[in-house]
Amino acid sequence: MINLIDVYKIYGSGESEVRALDGISLEIEKGEFAAIVGQSGSGKSTCMNIIGCLDVPTRGTYIIDGNDVEGLSEDQLATLRNRTLGFIFQQYNLIQKIDIFENVELPLVYAGIPSYQRDEMVKEALTRMGLGDRIHHYPNQLSGGQQQRVSIARALVGKPQIILADEPTGALDTKTGLEIISFLRELNKEGHTVILITHDNSIAASADRIIRLLDGKIIYDSKFDAEDKSKDFIKSENKNDNVENASSEGGAMH
Amino acid sequence: MNFKQSFRMAIRSLLASKMRSFLTMLGIVIGVGAVIIIVSIVGGVTKDITDQFESMGTNLISVNIMGRNTARSVSVEEMEALVIENPDLFASYSPNVNVNSSTIKYGNDSLSSSCIGVNEYYGDIANYPVQDGRFLSYMDVEGRKKVCVIGTYIASELFDGIDPVGEQLKINNEVFTIIGVLEEKQDSEEGGSDDTLIIPYTTAMRLSSTGTVSAYVFSAANTDNIDAAISIITDKLYSVFESSDYYMVFSQDQMLEQLDEIMGTMTLALSGIAGVSLLVGGIGIMNIMLVSVTERTKEIGIRKSLGARRRDILSQFLIEAGTSSSIGGIIGIIFGMVAAYAVGMIFDMTIAPSVFSIIIAFSVSVAVGIVFGYFPAKKAAKLRPIEALRYE
Repeated sequence: MINLIDVYKIYGSGESEVRALDGISLEIEKGEFAAIVGQSGSGKSTCMNIIGCLDVPTRGTYIIDGNDVEGLSEDQLATLRNRTLGFIFQQYNLIQKIDIFENVELPLVYAGIPSYQRDEMVKEALTRMGLGDRIHHYPNQLSGGQQQRVSIARALVGKPQIILADEPTGALDTKTGLEIISFLRELNKEGHTVILITHDNSIAASADRIIRLLDGKIIYDSKFDAEDKSKDFIKSENKNDNVENASSEGGAMH
Repeated sequence: MNFKQSFRMAIRSLLASKMRSFLTMLGIVIGVGAVIIIVSIVGGVTKDITDQFESMGTNLISVNIMGRNTARSVSVEEMEALVIENPDLFASYSPNVNVNSSTIKYGNDSLSSSCIGVNEYYGDIANYPVQDGRFLSYMDVEGRKKVCVIGTYIASELFDGIDPVGEQLKINNEVFTIIGVLEEKQDSEEGGSDDTLIIPYTTAMRLSSTGTVSAYVFSAANTDNIDAAISIITDKLYSVFESSDYYMVFSQDQMLEQLDEIMGTMTLALSGIAGVSLLVGGIGIMNIMLVSVTERTKEIGIRKSLGARRRDILSQFLIEAGTSSSIGGIIGIIFGMVAAYAVGMIFDMTIAPSVFSIIIAFSVSVAVGIVFGYFPAKKAAKLRPIEALRYE
């Protein structure tokens, strides 16, 4: 499904060269629920941008759903983002000027789906996210958790194979955050490949696979079964990391 | 992105900042409004003049003689001879002597009007039937009588309610007796066909102290023979003056053509000036669209992350620019029409807006929006998704 082969993303050149991704190779299968974890500056956001076809690697090969992105035009990348990927962002990234129905409708509009079909699909997605009774509210009339649910509805409305969630809980309180994560798990059970990007190990622990990045390199990659007991061990181990993260980042969000 | 949705988005963002949208459109509004006003007024003037010409009939031939020197001239008798010798070509003729700046007085009222000196055939030639009294007669002309026939405008201005026939008025301080009132032709408007005064040409020559007649009007026997009739007159005049520089012979049709041409050029020139405002309006739209693209960088990033292609973003911004300029155009058309009719009412002018000019003005304003919106839209479409998304 997703295959990164020796991928580099380099900003600047010469001595000021910054290697955001420093030779990453990674394969994520269809139907996986993977978390990419790391501190800020570890390269996880760059990684997510490349996986999400929002950016292209400086070097290396990225194959998504059988397409090598290197040979794709900008419009073809747009089509990939539209059909294959669904994004969930930390700051929701809803367009404030249009109501949530129209927000959720956008991927379908760009996919060229006729309006009578869109109508039904959007209502279904919003109802599923528990927002069926406020489809004509504007984003700023909703709470953070509700807005994030709108953005999940927007990500899943076009039934993409891959859902990319970039710090989806970052702006939410713990309880709402867990709610969002359980939605993601639900989507994964339905067959979506879910990739979660987070700095929070306790959130990452809900995934079936954890990929840890440090300074643009993968330093840890392991899969768990949902019922695997050893996950508890990771959780407790990660707690220490959390403290480290918090101190090194000064608790700052992106 | 389909058109309907882009259009709704455009309307919404226009409504979101009304003052800014208004100022953006202002250049277009003024430009389109000015074009509509100019075209309506010039069209009205043209219509007035054309009506005046057409009311006189289309078989008229006008002759103007500038003259070479006093030794060479054409007499009224010579011109009359042309008509008598060619009855199959000419129906009639009349000298046409203009009395410059004629002030007309009746009692304490006075007004200035156009006063022409003609012969007894003029009433038939120029299609001027009298509604009251009689037209000039052979005896009036021969005897240099101080008699006049007046138009309905003068009748209503000076003789409110009184029968003017038999009354006396003063033209440039000479006393004339009114012998008839012409039928109304153009609603008795000032400056129109009804604002006129007709006297014998012999009297007019004395009044304006000229010894020769320098203008004639002929009526052709039928409209098909006009060209042949013109060449008879031209031949005669050429034999006298030996150069075609000293006279002009033209038919009513030619005059109308010339008038249309002059008015057309005038409209074009004035509209060109108004067009500059459209250009400025277009630059205003471009400016605001550039600001809008910058302000909405994040939105563009979001749209791109959701799969918007370049052409989707391009068309969204083009439709937005086109919408604001066409709304400006519509407001301009309404404003122009209202202003044109207001000017028409205040200055008592005929207003003739043309559907064609409205269509052109509207299309131009749409085109201005699209042309000047293209550059900002292109800029928006070319934004890289990742950078646009990061923009705060």
